[in-house]
Amino acid sequence: MITKRIIPCLDVKDGRVVKGVNFKGISDVSSPVELADYYSKNGADELVFYDITASFEGRKLFTDILKEVAKTIFIPLTVGGGINTLADFDRVLKCGADKVSVNSGAIKNPQLIYDAAKKYGDQCVVLSADIKRVNGAFHVFLNGGRIDTGMDAIEWIKKGVDSGAGEIVVNSIDTDGVKKGFDLPMLRAVCDAVSVPVIASGGAGGIDDFVTLFQTLPQVDAGLAASIFHFGEVTIPALKAVLKQNGIPVRIEREF
Amino acid sequence: MVAIVDYGVGNLFSLKSALDRIGMQAIVTGNAEKIKAADRMILPGVGAFGDAAQKLRAHGLDKVICDEAKKGKPLLGICLGMQMLFEKSYEYGEHEGLGLLAGSVVPMKDKLPQDLKIPHIGWNSLCFTGNAPSLLFQYIKNGDFVYFVHSFYADGCSDSLIATAEYGIPLTAAVQKGNVFGTQFHPEKSGETGLKILRAFCDA
Repeated sequence: MITKRIIPCLDVKDGRVVKGVNFKGISDVSSPVELADYYSKNGADELVFYDITASFEGRKLFTDILKEVAKTIFIPLTVGGGINTLADFDRVLKCGADKVSVNSGAIKNPQLIYDAAKKYGDQCVVLSADIKRVNGAFHVFLNGGRIDTGMDAIEWIKKGVDSGAGEIVVNSIDTDGVKKGFDLPMLRAVCDAVSVPVIASGGAGGIDDFVTLFQTLPQVDAGLAASIFHFGEVTIPALKAVLKQNGIPVRIEREF
Repeated sequence: MVAIVDYGVGNLFSLKSALDRIGMQAIVTGNAEKIKAADRMILPGVGAFGDAAQKLRAHGLDKVICDEAKKGKPLLGICLGMQMLFEKSYEYGEHEGLGLLAGSVVPMKDKLPQDLKIPHIGWNSLCFTGNAPSLLFQYIKNGDFVYFVHSFYADGCSDSLIATAEYGIPLTAAVQKGNVFGTQFHPEKSGETGLKILRAFCDA
């Protein structure tokens, strides 16, 4: 039986993992390779790396680290951040990424999704959207939630899937960093609109939030979080044990 | 020495790294002589069947792989590489495979219950078929989890089927006939279980 995926997300800047709260006030947490290895050994089903570096040197450092991660752990790796062209896809796929997540790069150039899906396959292209309510409507935002594109998020995601996006990450800016649970109404709206896997992001504060997520919306395929894992507030073995007790299918490789 | 067949399709970095991890010497190569000189062959692949099969033929590697496999050299096809072991694929048209195994590759669309998503992406458990587990599974247990990403699956392959994965219907997860092995899932992305399967292939 297919299982619900638990995905820690690692924001990487200058070779170190950082995590912002509501995308502001970033603090240094740990080494990407060590953290990736730790998560893999503890039952993470997949890892997401976001490159939040702006400089060319930083990009090079990021791909060097990605290679180290891909040599160390053998679970799926998704890479995002700074993906604007097919050359960017190529750059990270050659370093061991399995999937590439596009966000602002696809907003600036929607053709990118189509071209990448055609070249690397739908399964390789993840569309990640930062979404916030504006006067009751879901809008797509740019630059970590600072710029309103004015675009309707559901229409944007539908268009992305039609162009070839094989998975969707729904990141609610309204619930991100608040730690009071995933944005269920927003996720429901996305799940109703598309038939590809949907990954929930933004708002996890504890184990119960994942239970609520998968019980309320069984259509959601995965839950993504960062700080609660990085700061050890929730461990993945404990999370998966509770999910299993609640009848939610999860992968448990060994007994802890 | 394991030859990872490189014909310009997919990302071979992780597969090479996984073989390094289990201490197996491996080369990534599209050179026929090097493939002939290797003890074992792995045929990887992602993307579309038609395109991949065409590339394999354009490199003249289809014949090399078939000849070596028929001589008894162990061969492991992974994901699209497994699908290419079969006679035919109906992925966007009709394409010839290597024909090392009986069966064909068909779309999941219209075969699955409505509420299941395509592609089949994620960790699913293996259900061994037959009386005794395949050599490929000598280091793992029935029910262990492996990572899948695919929209098409092999059908009509009961004589080589060694494991299925339940996804509304039992999907072909792994096949074996003699020295020819195939996994629909990605052992190089399936954690410890995947490494044990690669180990088993190298020991088989």
